[in-house]
Amino acid sequence: MAGRVALVTGGSRGIGRAIAEKLGADGHRVAVNYRSRRDAADEAVAAIVAGGGEAVAVEGDVGDAAAVAAMFGAVEEAFGPVEILVNNAGITADDLLLRMKPEDWDAVIRTNLSSAFLTTKAALRGMLKARWGRIISIASVAGIAGNPGQANYAAAKAGLIGFTKSVAKEVGSRGITVNAVAPGFIETDMTDALGGEVREAVLPSIAVGRFGTPVEIASAVGYLASDEASYVTGQVLVVDGGLSF
Amino acid sequence: MDRAEVEAKMTDLLVDELGIDRGKIAMSASFEEDLEVDSLGVVELLMALEDNFGVSIPDEEAEQIGTVGQAVDLVMQKLGG
Repeated sequence: MAGRVALVTGGSRGIGRAIAEKLGADGHRVAVNYRSRRDAADEAVAAIVAGGGEAVAVEGDVGDAAAVAAMFGAVEEAFGPVEILVNNAGITADDLLLRMKPEDWDAVIRTNLSSAFLTTKAALRGMLKARWGRIISIASVAGIAGNPGQANYAAAKAGLIGFTKSVAKEVGSRGITVNAVAPGFIETDMTDALGGEVREAVLPSIAVGRFGTPVEIASAVGYLASDEASYVTGQVLVVDGGLSF
Repeated sequence: MDRAEVEAKMTDLLVDELGIDRGKIAMSASFEEDLEVDSLGVVELLMALEDNFGVSIPDEEAEQIGTVGQAVDLVMQKLGG
């Protein structure tokens, strides 16, 4: 398999890290983006290198245009133009809408949605020239079904889905596919923050009967990033153990 | 770079970057109608012009480009200024 240049935003921890490791194991050269956790990004890079892959850590707040431009410069210098972009970086700032602060709305929209605008725009130029590209955004079942306490997060994730479908239509004729993966409940720091009560309440709704693992999301991303998925575009692949069908 | 050189380089770009049939390219050819370049193709052309001629083309000026000759005019103007 031909190794490509991949960039995973928010790749130092959780689902992003599993995606970075999967793409590294598949033979791609992986840029692991992080904002604050340099140590975690270095660990992810070390894990990929230990597996025989190539990786580099790149700093940058993906919600900031200048930082995104600098990050793409760093990736290009290390590996060349980005061929596989995974928009994974995300934060939560949960609260009931009536109690949600404007800054918590803005921060979630900026980091989870505006980031994809900035990174995708930056990546497309090289992909158009190469007539090949893969853009995969990590959405969420919350963006499809909604979730109380997550109006900001769900709005951002639903926005990613509309963004994905629109860009897929714009660049489909150029060998570039644009898809989203919508995870359900996955074992990460983000879901660890949920109380035991919430976990017990959702488990009966999950057909598979358990939370998913980051590796199970990474597998879906690995497929969409591959040459084999060349006829799949504008899709939202729901990976939720049967929570939402 | 004189006009003949810009025209030759422009023709090469259209063939290499946009995959246009060399035989169809004329200075009077309209990108949209004669060469069947879609809106994304026009954006790709602008990127190619910027990369290959080292010029910067703002959106307002890009909208004025309808034919190959007009694209050459714009590049000549940029290179001269």
